[in-house]
Amino acid sequence: MSQAQAAPPATVSATTAPRFRGRGITGDTIFENGVLLLALVAVLLIVGIVGLLFTDARAAIGRYGFAFLSDSVWDPVFEKFGAAAFIFGTVVTSLIALLIATPIALGASIYLSDYAPDWLREPLAFLIELLAAIPSIIYGLWGFFVFAPFMRTSVERFLKDLLTPIPGLNAFVEGPPIGKDILVAGLILAIMILPTILSIARQVLRAVPQAQREGMLALGATKWEMIQKAVLPSARAGVLAAALLGLARALGETMAVTLVIGNSSTKISASLFTPGYTIASVIANQFTEADKEIYFSAIVELALVLMLVAIVMNVLARALIGRVNRGAKGARA
Amino acid sequence: MSTKRWWIMVTLGLLLMAAACGPAATPTAAPTSAPAAQATKAPVATTAPGAVQGVGLIKGPFEGEAKTLNGAGATFPAALYSKWFNEYEKVTGVKVNYQSIGSGGGIKSIQDATVDFGATDGAMSDEQLKAAKNGDVLHIPMALGAVVPTYNVPEAKSSLKFTSDTLAGIFLGTITKWNDAKLVADNPDLKAVDKDIVVVHRSDGSGTSYIWTDYLTTVSADWKSKVGRGTSVNWPVGLGGKGNEGVAGEVKQNPYAIGYVELIYALQNKLGVGDVKNKSGKFVTPNLDSVSAAAASLSDSMPADLRASIVDAPGDKVYPVSGFTWLLVYQKQTDKAKAIALTRLMWWAMHDAQKFNTDLGYAPLPDTLVKKAELKILSITVDNAPAFPGK
Repeated sequence: MSQAQAAPPATVSATTAPRFRGRGITGDTIFENGVLLLALVAVLLIVGIVGLLFTDARAAIGRYGFAFLSDSVWDPVFEKFGAAAFIFGTVVTSLIALLIATPIALGASIYLSDYAPDWLREPLAFLIELLAAIPSIIYGLWGFFVFAPFMRTSVERFLKDLLTPIPGLNAFVEGPPIGKDILVAGLILAIMILPTILSIARQVLRAVPQAQREGMLALGATKWEMIQKAVLPSARAGVLAAALLGLARALGETMAVTLVIGNSSTKISASLFTPGYTIASVIANQFTEADKEIYFSAIVELALVLMLVAIVMNVLARALIGRVNRGAKGARA
Repeated sequence: MSTKRWWIMVTLGLLLMAAACGPAATPTAAPTSAPAAQATKAPVATTAPGAVQGVGLIKGPFEGEAKTLNGAGATFPAALYSKWFNEYEKVTGVKVNYQSIGSGGGIKSIQDATVDFGATDGAMSDEQLKAAKNGDVLHIPMALGAVVPTYNVPEAKSSLKFTSDTLAGIFLGTITKWNDAKLVADNPDLKAVDKDIVVVHRSDGSGTSYIWTDYLTTVSADWKSKVGRGTSVNWPVGLGGKGNEGVAGEVKQNPYAIGYVELIYALQNKLGVGDVKNKSGKFVTPNLDSVSAAAASLSDSMPADLRASIVDAPGDKVYPVSGFTWLLVYQKQTDKAKAIALTRLMWWAMHDAQKFNTDLGYAPLPDTLVKKAELKILSITVDNAPAFPGK
């Protein structure tokens, strides 16, 4: 008998929760099914979009296969379509943006959370976050009329003079500085994703308990040591997630990029001064004039490739966050 | 969640998807009625040309015509059409909606018959014509435009002169410096300019690009084999600017740049406009007269379906990089009211509206061409009778 009474159910989950039969449909049931339906709608949307893209891209997928991803020639007249140059442009500009924006955003958020005097904190945060409110076409126009010429006449010339004598690094500054290239596009993207990363990083840093900070200081750490050892480790995962969000925005950005990137897919080279092309820009530029079925199909396939690139970078970033999290947990244990 | 609930949800989801995705498979151009009569057959002239007068014929609204018309297509003539349709509404009260979505969009729209008329700068190819749903599509020329080489070379004291060789060389990337021997041969001023040429082309697909690449394909065998003609091509060198404004902007900003834009954009941005050597060996300045001369010189040898390219036309005064912009309409219309409104609109556009062209930088059609186009309009039928009411 004692054995029959042993082991009560370990957990009360939704599947084993007692069902009240004979009461009909309760408000609970309606609500539960309602929100489930809403969640399913989101899933259906994604599946529907991907499905539609696949349908329209079928002709191009059938014709070009995997060569579409490795071929870098995009020729609508002779019907040779290859997306390698665009994938390269998309990935490189987004990475440049990420590499430049993340340290700046992190630094600014550390300042805002731990160093800034009270009267300065909110106004400064507001100003930086205002960058996110500027429409991307304005960034594009500013980039086209102000930033790109500035880069061409001063910064790029300086970089070229600086790096050309150095054997390994001079591959990055080959070619005439025209001001419409991957570097400038990457920088504009960096400015655009900076407020995104900053606002999330700031929240994450604020969420670190004050007790951690005080404890560290009590042990005799300097302010910088306190931040480095008590605040940043806890915030690591959150900051990486913020960077991931910034990356997602950078991958899809169209108008601002197409005005400063040079829109040329002729070569994939290591030089930052090469005019490049991103997938989003190609689609925006050529979609309306795609007058052949196969051309249209190739452009839809590009959209699929962009989704793929975004998913792959997402997965990689999440794996990185997971590793960092495990590392942090391990350190604490 | 119970297994049963899970299966119900999955089935519901799949049913929804099937319902949504079912008719979504885009019918890739399966022509239901293979148009046996190609567009190149001679049109059926129901009245002798000249029997119906030209200018001033359309004076006001007509009983039984549709009150709205929808069109879509080329951006090249968008400014012109906007003015025309505005004026036309004042005359007849018919409202014409035009969406400038690009020549490719215009061709697609008329193929699918989602608009009453399409507009394009590049004539439809034979395979595109076959894909049109409602039968034969007529090309009715509406206006002429010029595509001009524009450059930013501070040392150039007068208009630079280009030949077909130098233009092809620059855009192919074989001529890379402004003081190249071939350029200096026609422009002694350039001898001292030891600078790289920055080439600018269109990043978006466009009729302007079509006319430019059509010209280069016609005059350069190298270009024809390497690049070809099209609204979007695989440019061997250069930056891409979006729209005529983008190209003009890039050229303005980058010293020693060269690009191609419509005539009106070059004039408005006060950029250097080059003279181009024509087939007869004369360097011609692009302007409305030299563009009209191009159309006039070829109008006798025009193909019957008027799908002509007028680049590199013979004649002393001809500017070689000229092109038409056409309206696309079905020869056999199905809606009588719309057919009446459409034919009247085109007749008016061909005769009365041409006077608005020059102010906006487009050349009016030469008379010989207007006569040919009239026959086309008269050949449009609805319910097996000519659609144009004659007034």
